[in-house]
Amino acid sequence: MITKEDVEHIGWLARIEINEQETVEYMEKLNSVLEYFGQIDELQTEDVTPTYHVAEIYNVFREDMVEECLPQETVLANTENKQDGAFRVPKIG
Amino acid sequence: MAYENPDGIRIGLEIHVQLNKLKTKMFCGCSTDYHNAAPNTHTCPVCLGLPGTLPVLNKKAVEAAIKVGLALEGEIAEETQFHRKNYFYPDLPKGFQITQYDFPIVSKGKVVIEGEDGEHVVGITRAHMEEDPGKLVHIGSIEKSKGVLIDYNRSGMSLIETVTEPDMRSPKEARRFLDKFRNILEYLDVFDGNLEGAMRVDANVSVHWGTRVEIKNISSHKGVERALLYEIMRQKNVIRRGGKIVLETRHFDEGRGVTTSMRTKEEAEDYRYFREPDLMPMRVTDWIPAIKDTLPELPDAKRTRFMEQYGITDMHARSLTSKIMLADFYEGVCAKGVDPKTAATWAADVFLGELNYRDLAISSYDGRTIGFIHAKDPEIENSFKVPDMVELVTLFAEGKVSDRAAVEVIRTILDGTEEKTPSQIIEEKGLFKAEDDLVTKAVAETIAENAAAVQDYLGGAEKSLNFLVGQVMKKTKGTADAKTARELIVKELKG
Amino acid sequence: MAKWMSVAQVKEKIKESSAEEVTASYLEVIGKSKINGYVTVSDKALEQAKKIDEEGHRGPLAGVPIAIKDNISVVGLPNSCGSKILEGYVPPFNAHVIEKLLAAGAVVLGKTNMDEFAMGSSTETSHFGPTANPWDLERVPGGSSGGSAAVVAAGEAPFALGSDTGGSVRCPAAFCGVVGFKPTYGAVSRYGVVAYANSLEQVGPLANNVEDTAVLMDVIGGYDRRDSTSIDSKTEYQKALVDDVKGLKIGVPQEFFGEGIHPDVEKAVWDAIHKCESLGATWEEVSMPNIKYALASYYIIAMSEASSNLARFDGTRYGFRENAENWHAMVSKTRAEGFGAEVKRRILLGTYALSAGYHDKYYLKALKVRTLVKQDFDKALSKVDLLMAPTMPNPAFKIGEKIEDPLTLYLSDVNTCPINLAGVPSISVPCGFTDGLPIGLQIMGKPFDESTVLRAAYTFEQNTDYHTKRPPEVA
Repeated sequence: MITKEDVEHIGWLARIEINEQETVEYMEKLNSVLEYFGQIDELQTEDVTPTYHVAEIYNVFREDMVEECLPQETVLANTENKQDGAFRVPKIG
Repeated sequence: MAYENPDGIRIGLEIHVQLNKLKTKMFCGCSTDYHNAAPNTHTCPVCLGLPGTLPVLNKKAVEAAIKVGLALEGEIAEETQFHRKNYFYPDLPKGFQITQYDFPIVSKGKVVIEGEDGEHVVGITRAHMEEDPGKLVHIGSIEKSKGVLIDYNRSGMSLIETVTEPDMRSPKEARRFLDKFRNILEYLDVFDGNLEGAMRVDANVSVHWGTRVEIKNISSHKGVERALLYEIMRQKNVIRRGGKIVLETRHFDEGRGVTTSMRTKEEAEDYRYFREPDLMPMRVTDWIPAIKDTLPELPDAKRTRFMEQYGITDMHARSLTSKIMLADFYEGVCAKGVDPKTAATWAADVFLGELNYRDLAISSYDGRTIGFIHAKDPEIENSFKVPDMVELVTLFAEGKVSDRAAVEVIRTILDGTEEKTPSQIIEEKGLFKAEDDLVTKAVAETIAENAAAVQDYLGGAEKSLNFLVGQVMKKTKGTADAKTARELIVKELKG
Repeated sequence: MAKWMSVAQVKEKIKESSAEEVTASYLEVIGKSKINGYVTVSDKALEQAKKIDEEGHRGPLAGVPIAIKDNISVVGLPNSCGSKILEGYVPPFNAHVIEKLLAAGAVVLGKTNMDEFAMGSSTETSHFGPTANPWDLERVPGGSSGGSAAVVAAGEAPFALGSDTGGSVRCPAAFCGVVGFKPTYGAVSRYGVVAYANSLEQVGPLANNVEDTAVLMDVIGGYDRRDSTSIDSKTEYQKALVDDVKGLKIGVPQEFFGEGIHPDVEKAVWDAIHKCESLGATWEEVSMPNIKYALASYYIIAMSEASSNLARFDGTRYGFRENAENWHAMVSKTRAEGFGAEVKRRILLGTYALSAGYHDKYYLKALKVRTLVKQDFDKALSKVDLLMAPTMPNPAFKIGEKIEDPLTLYLSDVNTCPINLAGVPSISVPCGFTDGLPIGLQIMGKPFDESTVLRAAYTFEQNTDYHTKRPPEVA
């Protein structure tokens, strides 16, 4: 069961601001989904290897060859928050 | 005698090294040559983390990691893969860093250093590949920042993070480890340590075998030594006053030479590592034999060979092999038929000493010319040619110039702006060795003019002899051979 | 000009008139749309068509218009993923599939509506409002590629591209009565497609018929060096279009006909299986006991991957930004405002499933269940050539009907998401109607055996007329 504190903690980890009222709502909705997820506990899986990927491919590489970069104005075209060729954000902490 | 480590000091290091000798970044084709470029000019959709982009691994980065692993005498993993380390920071354009977690490419290596009590083995826990974040510039100071500017040119550069065992027992050993480690990487030609941000170190240290404290992101070897010296003193004092060392992360203030506690985060970080689904695992054991074949002669092997082949001392061999380019330069000089021992004295003692005095770092060697840049100002550059060193060593060996004059020639070349050969400089400055009778005359004059010093010397004050030699040198404008002058004075006074 | 045309007919029309005229006629239909299928109509489409006319119709799709789901990057067109957080973001690069399409001469009509970040089965969670189902404007078109399916069904594009993470191409295809195809994982490059769950999703076509699906696959399929999971299968899709199923063995997994299935759906799918039998195929029931755990496994994996994929939307470099005094607060506020409720729920659940103490219980366990589901497919497909089942257990539901309860909505993916866990190819083709709403037949095959899947779908289509029916409300 997810507690109110859990919701606050994962909200912080995921950087999504959640107010008091939302915390309670999330708690209810997330718990109902987690309860459903709990059904997989029935399965014995100690000896089962996890499948991260269906494609069993190994060793995919590129050669060390230089390709063209984007022009600076294109890089910055999607934001208004820029200064001296850099992205600008508020102070961090 | 074994070193007893009276304060129970344990130091471990985590070293981030940029594979800046690769042509492109780790997961995209952007050039790594961004060091003097305007912000955000060496980026593409991949290293900017634009939605929909996918990483594709640079094969050469993996080869470099294997090279490093082999040089550190480590084990190369049979199967290795990448993970995502999830956290939020403005320099991280995807909100996660692609790194390695429980399957690093290299584990269980070692580096032998010159320790407090002779050879000392530092264990390498692991070395793994990861991508570099972008670079942040704080407007104003970090503490009173008004905002942050982000440049993603560095984003996606290939890094190798090497983690050592806490095997170093003093800041000096830590520094020696770093020097040796950097030297090995430069031998492997995967890394240019002169570039800004090429090597960043986190150091953890504990005293009296106690709780360890981590010092983050120190950018120079000297800085690591200073930070550790300060931190050990601080910890010993905390304990002396009856306090307790707490597990924490500290920041080293290079300017003030002190470590300060970094603000503890409100919530503990939880990186939620999971396998990077956009990259496939690697099986590279097959590559190892071929890569082994390409490994160059490493510093320890070269040192031993130099001692055997050139008959030079361990100390000279150590100095000369401390930089691959210096070692190559030395061999270039020896190849011209000069006496290797004399050449070693000049290259290791004088030449290297003069470089260090000037804060010049060796940055290139092309078989004929060794180049340097100023450690703090890359704009200042200079070079020295093999034929010039050969000529100088020959002139000295033939007794045509004094040692002092030869030093003067090296200094002139290092400080000079025009290209001149040693003989030109000797000619211009009148540095040819003085004739014997000129020296004899100067000795006689000196003895006559400095009765007090002569009495002191005869009374047993050896220092006075140095003074008298100095006077002779002055009279001959440095062209006398100091050793000859000294012998002449002693002969004159003591018979 | 006829409103619904096959790609062959469109090409014929272009020959008779011009690419420009054909594009103009589609733009005219789009202009009168009642379904809100397009998020962005391209202002460059006519210009592009004109250029193709001038250059003399080179390429297999010269001048043929196409609609693109709004999570596939096209240079110069906003790529919103149905989200406020990508407000104003225009990608400076083309997705691999777009490069292929442009090289083939296709004309991009615009970007189609979708569930926000492809998280949904109804296209209701879009920041741009819901898209209506052309067969009943009060019903959902399915999702998440609801816009793409709806515009094809409504004759607003001859065909379209969608993406399928847990059924997002096949579900709307079934609900809108069109063909929707999810290729084998790795068959189509994901480069330039905004990731929801990387290890599960593929780009797939939505079209009026199986032939057009194969035409599109021949253009977009194949190896891409920019996608490390891309595989060169060398499949020639149009060559698979053979009207013959003689000797094919069909497996019918009972687990796909579970509790709550609409009786008309069940009947229509069995009718389809019997139709194939009458055409020379054989069928047998197969057992896939772990299918009932697929949904939970799928959602845990998808949400976990999503929680990481969507971390880049922080207001720093592009898109919507909420101001705050420091960066961390700015990010938290931006994401709180910029993401919709369902996306936030999935990010939070995914974050939880990967967090310290829960990683093994949820994420690792789900990956193990995935192994069991995949083994069910391997085992079943070792005995038969194909599997047939309903795409969706029920026809399209009413807009707003399931939006309040996430779990109910998740349950509608029960028959589609196991396919993504196993990575196999699967197609949905129209196979009947209930109360005027289309029903989809799902045909699944072995990895990279797209040819057999397409052959069966093509044969079924050639011998039935469901795919020729058009929604009366938009006619």
